[in-house]
Amino acid sequence: MQTTKMAKMGLKTLGAATAVALAMAGAAVADGHAKVKVGVITTLTGGGAGLGVDIRDGFLLAVKQSGNDGIEVVVEDDQRKPDVAVQLADKMIQSEKVDILTGIVWSNLALAVVPSATAQGKFYLSPNAGPFQLAGKGCHENYFNVAWQNDNLHEAAGAHASSVGHKNSFILAPNYPAGKDALKGYKRMYSGDLAGELYTKLGQTDYAAEIAQIRASDADSVFFFLPGGMGISFLKQYADSGIDLPVVGPAFSFDQGILQAVGDAALGVQNTSQWNKDIDNAANKAFVETFQAEYGRLPSLYASQGFDTANLIISAMGKADVKDQDAFRAALKEADFASVRGDFKFGNNNHPIQDIYVREVIKEGDVYTNKIISTGLTDHQDVYAAECKL
Amino acid sequence: MPPSANSEQMTIHRRGRGLAGETIKGRAMSSILIIEQILNGLQFGVMLFLMAAGLTLIFGVMGLINLAHGSLYMVGAFAAAAVAGWTGSFLLALAASLAAAALFGALIELTVIRRLYARDHLDQVLATFALILIFSEATRWVFGSFPLFLNIPEALSGTLTLPGGIEYSRYRLTIILIGLAVAVGLFLLISKTRVGMRIRAGENDREMIGALGVDISILYTLVFALGAALAGLSGALVGAIQSVEVGMGEPVLILAFVVIVIGGIGSIKGALAGAILVGLTDTLGRTMLPWAFAAFMEPSAASSVGSSLASMLIYILMAGVLLFKPTGLFGSA
Amino acid sequence: MIRERYINFLIGALLLIVPLVALQMDEPFIITLATKAAILALAGVGLNLALGQGGLVSFGHAAYFGIGGYAMGILASHAQDYAPLMEVPFVIEGTNLMPVIWLVAIVASALAALLIGALSLRTSGVYFIMVTLAFGQMFYYFAISWPAYGGEDGLSIYVRNQFPGVNTLDPIQFFGICFVVLMAVLFLVNRLNKSPFGLALNGAHQNEERALTVGINVYRLRLVAFVISGAITGLAGALFADLNRFVSPTMFSWHTSGEIMVFIILGGVARLFGPVAGAAVYILLEHMLGGISEYWQIYLGLILLFVVLFAKGGIVGGLARREVRHDG
Repeated sequence: MQTTKMAKMGLKTLGAATAVALAMAGAAVADGHAKVKVGVITTLTGGGAGLGVDIRDGFLLAVKQSGNDGIEVVVEDDQRKPDVAVQLADKMIQSEKVDILTGIVWSNLALAVVPSATAQGKFYLSPNAGPFQLAGKGCHENYFNVAWQNDNLHEAAGAHASSVGHKNSFILAPNYPAGKDALKGYKRMYSGDLAGELYTKLGQTDYAAEIAQIRASDADSVFFFLPGGMGISFLKQYADSGIDLPVVGPAFSFDQGILQAVGDAALGVQNTSQWNKDIDNAANKAFVETFQAEYGRLPSLYASQGFDTANLIISAMGKADVKDQDAFRAALKEADFASVRGDFKFGNNNHPIQDIYVREVIKEGDVYTNKIISTGLTDHQDVYAAECKL
Repeated sequence: MPPSANSEQMTIHRRGRGLAGETIKGRAMSSILIIEQILNGLQFGVMLFLMAAGLTLIFGVMGLINLAHGSLYMVGAFAAAAVAGWTGSFLLALAASLAAAALFGALIELTVIRRLYARDHLDQVLATFALILIFSEATRWVFGSFPLFLNIPEALSGTLTLPGGIEYSRYRLTIILIGLAVAVGLFLLISKTRVGMRIRAGENDREMIGALGVDISILYTLVFALGAALAGLSGALVGAIQSVEVGMGEPVLILAFVVIVIGGIGSIKGALAGAILVGLTDTLGRTMLPWAFAAFMEPSAASSVGSSLASMLIYILMAGVLLFKPTGLFGSA
Repeated sequence: MIRERYINFLIGALLLIVPLVALQMDEPFIITLATKAAILALAGVGLNLALGQGGLVSFGHAAYFGIGGYAMGILASHAQDYAPLMEVPFVIEGTNLMPVIWLVAIVASALAALLIGALSLRTSGVYFIMVTLAFGQMFYYFAISWPAYGGEDGLSIYVRNQFPGVNTLDPIQFFGICFVVLMAVLFLVNRLNKSPFGLALNGAHQNEERALTVGINVYRLRLVAFVISGAITGLAGALFADLNRFVSPTMFSWHTSGEIMVFIILGGVARLFGPVAGAAVYILLEHMLGGISEYWQIYLGLILLFVVLFAKGGIVGGLARREVRHDG
């Protein structure tokens, strides 16, 4: 069948801006609903490409597995540049005439795209970024976040640090809005004192000066949020410094994609995440297995979020016609799909209410990965929901 | 979670922060910490020197401004990570980084760079900007989008206790030593050897050296490959304690430019002085400024404002130097 | 010279016709692309004055582009929130009127160019390139860590700013504004190039010593050119921010500076319409190559390399078949 063949080709050799027409024939599918066109804007080139590639792969895997030929996906590369993302969104809305947008990895890009997309009457489903501006006063009925509100994992880290008895944390993050939110989130749930609070330069790769300050302080634990290469650098240098204070962090620096690059330095670190490959439910088992079979690597947090986002769309398609916005929105809000995280529901501001786990980095054979050791926060909702008028 | 529970958490956190503020303000900066930070600044500076030395050498001899120098740094790091993953030997990895960067350096010199010597700086900037695009995406094509693993060798991991009770990373000390050894080696190469004599002659008068019967094109290829090898070495050394990923060369490239501008373009001595000045300014600025601001600001804001200013500090330093010496510390007009 | 004038006319006409055809075919995104080309061309025209006419290779024009962008972002966000910019000692309100925003963008970027130029022009050659690059980086880091206006997140403006008598939300009308601004600036720059000021600037570029001996204050001459150049690029930044209804520190990044230079070299250094042709072709390439491969930047790099090495004079120079004057 041509559809499957094309889908497979798309998965294996997808070009940056290749329109992946997963269903070419027929304007309407069996149950009579109109086709749904989804625009995926994500980062496929440059430094942060690993995250975008995983979101895309997870998303396309779910679409393929559903066998639903009523969904058509267009993928474009934003190069991690906000202006490019805005123009791609314009293109998808104006030329491709998509019904739903999704895919953006970074908060600053989401802030550039989401308000104008929802203002133009499109749905936006976030598979990763969850800036507070869009969770509180700026929430919108057509904006759904399928991953988390940005503060969630940091809050869980703070709660975990308190519950294991850390009393004097040294905390650090890059000097940009997401970094400040991270420390704010940690402090919100952490009840001990702070031995130090540092903001580092965005993109900084040498942390000798910061590590020296940690050594000189009387901290009993370290919390850091340093996404991407910054986290790899910090962990390697921290491990080499001989300081053996326990480290707590959000999942981003311990995810499948970068863990192999950190190596032994990450072993034993406790980190917080709403997903892990060992969450015990059928959907997750099947996801981990099929993702590995399809792409030859373990799925990451980002892949799981892309996968859930696609399944949410597909679940809503079974209930309502996308052209009937009110019905489709209600169908999305029901979140009636088998999330790989297990229980999943939306709060009033269309952000998840979910469990956040504490994981520990372990080594399975030659592969570094995570295992869940406890539940950090149960049915957790972000604090901004109260400000949202929805 | 109901909102009331949240607000309760908020009060706890506010109390926590208040206490923390007092502890930070109360503690004076110990002399051990300051010495350790000076060592860190030195190590950072030495690493910048390895990058800057190649840049300044290439500029001094061939008059070429090479933006792709950061790509050669990346090539070195990736080659080292690949070979280390393959053989498990750090020494082989370092050798591979030198070889790969020198090879790619020679390759781009032969195909592209040599057409640029007679061109103006604008063409050089743009052609080497194009090379960055090609190198970055080609590396991603070969190695994928995820960072690679490269670790410190067993023998150099952990810390050493220096006199005065300072615990310092063995590996970072090794980088300082390697960097200083390279600096000495370069001085000797340029001042004592035949090749060095030709390099100096080439700097002074390109036509003259051609007339002396020296094959200048081979000399140029050699110098370019040498500069590339230094960049590759520094990429590999740094890759072991940082992240080996596409685009890793760009931030360090811009710092290396700041270094050679401060030191005087074309001068190895200037590159060393500039590198250490920049390394110390950046490291000490990062530590001292937030601490200084904390004397009269709330700690969270002090850290934020202080580090904002620290991130601009080396550019301010550069502007300051150029105000008084428009050709850098050791530059000739 | 006459041939080049025809080519210029052709380039301008093409830039105007393509979006009009797109309007007929109901392809609004092509209009957006043409608008982007017109705005980036304007940024290039600004740099070309310093770089092409004056021989001042500024690698930091992203600073002015970004300042223009933030002038729009800051004024419009205050207007959007009905919060005055400052109240003491007198009240300054935000605004969503394009002409006011443009004026502020021009003045702010001109002031920045005056400051940066006054320092940078003390150096020359490769020092100048590096110093301007470093000043650009300084603004970049400042914008990232300055929390008041969004830092790294940038600033979103929900509705495009107003221009009296024009519906700016309609893509073709906004294109019209940008096109008219571009043509007006090209007209002024052309007049400037032919004025005694422009001739002296070019003369100082060709032979600085001669210019000095005939009593021209080369430093002041170049500083004035640099300020005008920065102001034009700042105006382009304000328009670019309005195109995206968004500004962020990316506008300050050194890649932006590099791209603006690329437009000039692609189109032809010191050619009046060079940046226009260059920006249009660059956007066309970006759009088309992106469809071919995930690794499209390799091809972009190769094309750029080819133009620099073998096609001196760029598109306009190649079409006009006249070697552009060239010296270091």
